[in-house]
Order: sequence, then structure tokens, then C-alpha cells
Amino acid sequence: MVWQCVKMAFKAIVANRMRAFLTMLGIIVGVIALVVLVSLVTSAGDAVTEQVEGLGTDLIRVTITDDGGRPLQLEEVANFTLHEDIGAAAPVNQVAATARFGSERGRATVTGTTPSYAEISGVTMVAGRFLRTTDVDNNTHVAVIAERAAEALFGTTEVIGAPLSLNGRPFTVVGVVEDQESLTNLLMPGHTIYIPYTTAVRMADHLSSAVTTMIVSAADGDMNAAEAAMDEMLLERFRRNPDAFGMFNQALMAEAMDEITNMLTYLLGGVAAISLLVGGIGIMNIMLVSVTERTKEIGVRKAIGAGRWSIMFQFLIEALVICMIGCAIGVALSWGILEVASFLVGDVMDFRISLDVVGVAVAFSLFIGLVFGLYPANKAASKRPIEALRYAG
Amino acid sequence: MIRFENVRKTYYIGGEEVKALDGIDLFIGQGEFVAIIGPSGSGKSTLMNIMGCLDTADSGIYELDGQRIEQYSENELARIRNRKIGFIFQNFNLLSKMTAEENVELPLIYQGLSASVRRQRVAEAMALVELTGRGKHKPTELSGGQQQRVAIARALATRPSLLLADEPTGNLDSRTGVEIMALFHRLHQEGNTLVLITHDQKVADQAVRRIKISDGKVEEVT
Repeated sequence: MVWQCVKMAFKAIVANRMRAFLTMLGIIVGVIALVVLVSLVTSAGDAVTEQVEGLGTDLIRVTITDDGGRPLQLEEVANFTLHEDIGAAAPVNQVAATARFGSERGRATVTGTTPSYAEISGVTMVAGRFLRTTDVDNNTHVAVIAERAAEALFGTTEVIGAPLSLNGRPFTVVGVVEDQESLTNLLMPGHTIYIPYTTAVRMADHLSSAVTTMIVSAADGDMNAAEAAMDEMLLERFRRNPDAFGMFNQALMAEAMDEITNMLTYLLGGVAAISLLVGGIGIMNIMLVSVTERTKEIGVRKAIGAGRWSIMFQFLIEALVICMIGCAIGVALSWGILEVASFLVGDVMDFRISLDVVGVAVAFSLFIGLVFGLYPANKAASKRPIEALRYAG
Repeated sequence: MIRFENVRKTYYIGGEEVKALDGIDLFIGQGEFVAIIGPSGSGKSTLMNIMGCLDTADSGIYELDGQRIEQYSENELARIRNRKIGFIFQNFNLLSKMTAEENVELPLIYQGLSASVRRQRVAEAMALVELTGRGKHKPTELSGGQQQRVAIARALATRPSLLLADEPTGNLDSRTGVEIMALFHRLHQEGNTLVLITHDQKVADQAVRRIKISDGKVEEVT
């Protein structure tokens, strides 16, 4: 019986192809809007979140903006790590430099830091070693360079012990690290090179021994506790002046990004859902017209023995089938649109169809078919056979 | 087999009382071929509606096949129509988007019969009306006489207790009308109970028994 009803519904739809298609159009557009918009936002959101997480979500960046005449000294940085919630802390400064090896020259961003940097930001060694405490204490001229920089300047990554000149000062390469695919590194122009903090201070006039930037990691991965601890210690250090420093917790940043994406998803999804709803009203409209047009048919069916439920079912299934076909076309077109969009933006982003939202679209279309099919179906089922038979349509 | 006892049906049209059926007593036995004749407004349609279980009487007894048809619900009436009554209409009332076979199959679908049984019954019915081989045609591709024969096949397919024909030749030319009447005679000889409702005396004369209805009352014509 159900199967017969589905077959009848298909027949009725095929018999009125053009009208059925126009009716479906509302659902098709609604589904496309829902699936494409939500997929775009989630794909873009995922990409951004990935980027943010690439910055290292397990570190806090502390910037001293106003030391109130009492600059933070390098020696003090280690004191912060005495707190039980703090894992490691490393001061960071940066110098733009010209790197030279033989006749090979290149722009470089030189980061002056301490050995803890490697642990905090998750640097992976390829060869040699990272900076050592003795390098910082003795402000030695050693450099750790990123793989790409080594390739560019030396043409090889086997460069341990090689001489390298930074702004005319002679350095010795002691280690090679993997390039970090994080946004910060992408924003830093030129080659990535690390040297001892104290050496960097001497290289540039604008740098003093005062620490203005630090990166800090948490003891047990508890970023919130680490942030609170840093906050308290820095307030203590800077005479409870909350404007003396700023903190940037990248985990929070990632969370905020997630929240924004979620909000956008719901917002756009909601707008798209409204267009689906409008499509549903279109279906109800057409179904009502169809019920009136087919009054005679309903009368005949009832005369030869169709019960209320059979008629109701027939029209309800018809509405549902229209919705489902529309939904299927919509999902297929959405997939196509997202493929084209991915192709157009190239490598930057990969727009994947979100299966969750496809599920939502299908469920919502079913729901709409049911809700907006019910009234016309009931209207059809309630027709009295005598009057329906007499109807001259 | 069909028994009416003091059946009454009253309509109110514009506040005015119209006694469509004013105490009908009637008995039609198994295998009879009866014509009910009457002008329009005589209550003939109301009688047919009640006989066909499309409507129920206000008062009185209507018994079909030993079963009292009372104030049944719409669904129960639909079941009775489906199993006991085969309708044949003046304007055929075939569903134009379905093939002849599908039209004949429709009441069987509502009976919930399996596909194989349906196929067999459809073939039997199509053979009875001599339309074997025309099953795949749509009604619009068939002549009026053929369409009416499809409608008769549809009525026969469920093996009903009663074939109820409402002006079956009204929309046909006289030659085709004769053919249809011949078919009715054959069906009668095969044991079917036929009730034919008409306003046409010539058609009514071909039935074995004639009942005249006027002003909501019936009388035998001898």
C-alpha cells in the first residue's frame, strides 16, 4: 500500500513535470542556500581555526607595554617559571637582518631568545642543536636556522659549523630546525633565524636588555591557570598596574574563532532555513491547487473504495516526494557549487560539503513536506465522495 | 440481497425541506437485472447514492448482502463500496493519467491484494469486457465505448455483489450504447446482479425488471 502510494505520487509528479519542478525550485534553492552557506562557513572556520592552532594554542604571549621605569630583566624571566602553574618562559625579540653566506644574500627575521623557546613553541630539530644557556650567558655568535633558510642560503641543510653573516656580524650555524607553518612565521619576512637573546640585544640599537615580549607555557597544559598565575605575578611586578602588560592566550583565540564560526553557521543556517520554509509554503500552495484540480479523481477513488487514510496518504506522500526530490537535486547542486568554489580559490581552501548540514537539510525538507503537505492532504481526504464526483473540473 | 424498508432521506435546500426519498420499500434479489427509471429530481440519484453506500439514509433499513448499512463511518462505507459495489458512471470516471489496466487495478490496490492476484484479476476483468490487449492504453486513446468497458472491467474486478450503473449509455452514441447494453445482458446471464439507473425509457426497457421512481416514492412497472 505504501509502495503503491509512492508509485502513484511519482506518477502524479511526472504527469505534471513542469509544475512539480517549479514547486521543487523553492526547496532546491532553500537546500542549496542551507548546504552551501553552512559548508562554506564551516570549511572557512575550520581553516582559520587550524591556522590559529598552528600558532601554538599551548602558549601565552606576554607583552610589556609600560614598565613604569622598572624594566623587566632577562634574569627575572626564569623566576616566573618557579610558579607551579607555569611550565617554561622565554623572552623574545626580533631584528630584521641581511643574512649572507659567501655571495648568497637574503632578508631574514632574526629572533633572539633563550633555550626554553624550543620547548614552548615546539621547535623540531633537523640537525645540530638549539640555543644553549651558555650561548645566552656569553652572548656567543651562534645561529640556529630554519630548513628553508638553509636551503636558500647554502643550498643544503648540512650546514652545521658553517659561517653565516647577519648584518655583517659573523655567526656560526649550530643547528637546523623545521620551518613552522604558523601564521606568525608566515608574517615574518625572509628567513627564520634564531640567535641568543643577549646577542640580539647587541645587534640592534632599538633593542635594550629589557624584556618586552615573552612566550610562556603552562605546567600541565592548563592554560587558564597559567594565564591567571602570570597575571598575578606581573601585577605584583608592575605595582598592580593592569595596563603595564598584555597577554594573548592563543587557546582563547582559537575558542573565540570557533564561537564566531558557530555563530555564523547558525545565523546563515537560519536565513537559509527561512528560504526552505518559503519553499514549503510554495509546496502547500501547489498541493492545494492540485487537490482542487483533482477533486473528481478523489471522488472516483473514494467511490471505488479508497478510505480517508488512503487519500490522505497519497497526497502526503506526493508532497514528501516533491520535497525529497527537490532536496536531492539541491544537495547535488550544492556539491557541484562547492567543488567549483574549491577549484576557484585553489589551494587556499578546500570547501567540503558538510555531511551534518546535508542531514539537517534532508530532515528539514522531510519536516516541511510533512507539515505543509498535511493540510492539503487532509483537505483532499475530507472531501465527500458524492460532491467530489459531481465536481465538474 | 438488497432490501430497503421505509428508507427516508430529506435535504434542506435554502431552508426548504426536500423529501428526496419518502419511505422507500424495495427488494432486489441475487442475479436480478433491474432498471430504476425516473426524471431528474425524482430522487433517483439519492437512491443510487444510498444503494451505492456513498451516503446513508436518515431513517429506515438498508440491507446489502445481509449486512445492515447504518450510520457507518466514512472509512467503513469506503470498505463496503470497495468490496461489494462496482460503480459504472455516465462519464466513465476513469483516471486519465493511468492506463486502462491501472484503472482496473485501482480498487484491488485499495483491497490490499498482492500484485500477482491483482494481475490475474485485471486480466480476467479485461477479458470479460473483451479488451484484452488494450490494457496499456490511456483512456484518452480509447473510444467512448471502450472507455465504458474499461470502467465496467474496473467495477467487475473486485467481484462485487452489486453492479450499480448510473446512466451508463448516456454519453455514448446509440450504436455503442447497444453494445454496452449487450454486455450488461451477458453479465446478467453470468449471474451478476445489476441495477441500472436511467431516465431513458428505451434503455430501461431492456432490463428484466423496471422500477419507477417519482417524488421520492417507487413503484414497479409491469
